Amino acid sequence: MIQLENIRKTYKMGEIEVHALDGISLVISQGEALAIVGPSGSGKSTLMNIIGCLDTPTSGNYILNGREVSRLSKNELAEARNTQIGFIFQSYNLLPRQTALENVELPLIYRGLPGKIRREYAVAALEMVGLTGRLHHRPTELSGGQQQRVAIARALVGDSPVILADEPTGNLDSASGREVMNVLTKLHSQGKTLVLITHDPNVAKLCERQVRIIDGRLETGGAN
Amino acid sequence: MGLLQAFRLSVSAMLAKKLRSFLTMLGVIIGVFSVVALISLGQGATSLVTEQVQAIGSNLIVVNITGRGARSGLTLEEALALASRPGVSAVAPMLSGQATYKYQAQNISASLSGVTPDYNAVRNHNIAYGRSLVAADLDHRQEVAVLGSEVAQELFGRENPLGANIRINGNAFTVIGVLEEKGDGIGESNDNRVLIPLTTAQRLLRNMNISTIYIQAESPESVDRAVVSVEASLKQIFRDEDAFGVFNQADLLSTVNQITGTLTLMLGGIAAISLLVGGIGIMNIMLVSVTERTREIGICKALGAKKKDILYQFLIESAVISGTGGLIGLMLGQLAATLVNRFSDFPTAVTFQVAVLALAFSVGVGIFFGIWPANKAADLNPVEALRAQ
Ligand SMILES: Nc1ncnc2c1ncn2[C@@H]1O[C@H](COP(=O)(O)OP(=O)(O)OP(=O)(O)O)[C@@H](O)[C@H]1O
Ligand SMILES: [Mg+2]
Repeated sequence: MIQLENIRKTYKMGEIEVHALDGISLVISQGEALAIVGPSGSGKSTLMNIIGCLDTPTSGNYILNGREVSRLSKNELAEARNTQIGFIFQSYNLLPRQTALENVELPLIYRGLPGKIRREYAVAALEMVGLTGRLHHRPTELSGGQQQRVAIARALVGDSPVILADEPTGNLDSASGREVMNVLTKLHSQGKTLVLITHDPNVAKLCERQVRIIDGRLETGGAN
Repeated sequence: MGLLQAFRLSVSAMLAKKLRSFLTMLGVIIGVFSVVALISLGQGATSLVTEQVQAIGSNLIVVNITGRGARSGLTLEEALALASRPGVSAVAPMLSGQATYKYQAQNISASLSGVTPDYNAVRNHNIAYGRSLVAADLDHRQEVAVLGSEVAQELFGRENPLGANIRINGNAFTVIGVLEEKGDGIGESNDNRVLIPLTTAQRLLRNMNISTIYIQAESPESVDRAVVSVEASLKQIFRDEDAFGVFNQADLLSTVNQITGTLTLMLGGIAAISLLVGGIGIMNIMLVSVTERTREIGICKALGAKKKDILYQFLIESAVISGTGGLIGLMLGQLAATLVNRFSDFPTAVTFQVAVLALAFSVGVGIFFGIWPANKAADLNPVEALRAQ
């Protein structure tokens, strides 16, 4: 379960303070699918980074599965990212020199699993996203949709309960976007918590709940 | 993350940029090559000099007399009496000077040594043909000469010198023997000299004082005892410790070894500086590489890489680059040593210790100069790293 309480993130640019997040309170229960929408620059990615333990809030409380995140050390944050969160980015973010299989194995390497088991899990994850035939292709040898599906396989291979996707279909045409969303809804139906940032109302509609962020605040009275 | 995994990733990163990796390695290659080549050259020089010192004669003690007041040397009797001192097995006094030698139209200059029959044994320098000096030659002040191989060659060419008459400083001498060729020793030429009976030399050089005495100890163990007893005798004669000097071969050997050892170390040290420069090159490229791969580092961190995972990754990478460079440099150094060995009589060899040291040092350089870039990579903020490019 994800529990955000009065989260603020403030960037200081010399004299000026930018309130990227200005008091966000939000509860996302386990197994829920949540779409975060809002105009560009409203703070969606900033929120996502905090939920994903990549960044820490300037103030406020964030409890992830019963643990107060602001009290975690850097190593514990890394561990939380590794075991609790699966990231999916707009620009795929695959390692360019590694094959699809090696990319998917990466989270398990940091978990210290032996090679044979890593491989087994990675193959299964790639099968799940329908890329059994592309195990040894490098990112440059794959289409955008295929690359994003490799990234999804990487996010689910560690069996993390929460999947965070920041505009996963933003770089894709509608057909590839639909494929990617099919995989994500399938994951959700299997019990994963899904937090999705999107500009596309059709994509947002696939989630059972939507929240809108404007200027770092949750819009009240929306479909909350 | 396992070491093996990190090692594999490093090799793949290295192979992804082959030319750059090679150029980065070049500094280490040159550094290790020069360390290995120069040290093995130095060690070759050491063994060459050691060989020469040992060729002077075995268990040798050299007495040099500078004298005190009117006395600038020993008489022949005093010198020979040293043979009965404890630890001493034989004594070879010598009286030396320069002389001119004439045979038919040939006229040369070389050193002249008045010696006793024991000289050949004590100095380990034997007769090639003819005979050596005997006691009777000394007793009767015979005008006979034993030629060094170089003198024989210069005066006689291919002619047989035995029985020939030569003139030494104008006096007629008969050649009775020729010495084996020995090559140059320490500070003197063994082959460019002529031996005559010591008593004859005293008259010819108009000098009764013997200032050089070669002494052979009974065994390597008795060298120290012989030195002590000879020194005691000389002190009694001169009543002044500064009037004479006693050197033994072991001391000489250790001095020589000390000098060549220092020299070898110095050469190695100078070469090690180039290894250091190679290390700085590695640091430079690793810093560039960290900047280039900032986004990758961000991805790894988002997936759960800890600080130490990234740190090891980059440390291993720079150690692999410099270690590979070290290995190539070592092989080139070995090749150079082998070539020098084959095409000259300089006995070079890359010893096991030098090889291990050079490799360990190059890996160490990689780790040392990798620390800063690796730290920089490991400390990157994941959000900012992901936003790179
Ligand atoms: N490192 C930073 N330093 C200063 N300001 C920042 C930093 N990161 C984000 N911001 C500011 O915070 C605000 C929110 O940025 P964020 O990336 O969360 O927007 P977003 O909602 O994801 O926009 P988009 O839909 O375009 O991706 C922006 O005004 C941005 O300029
Ligand atoms: Mg964004």
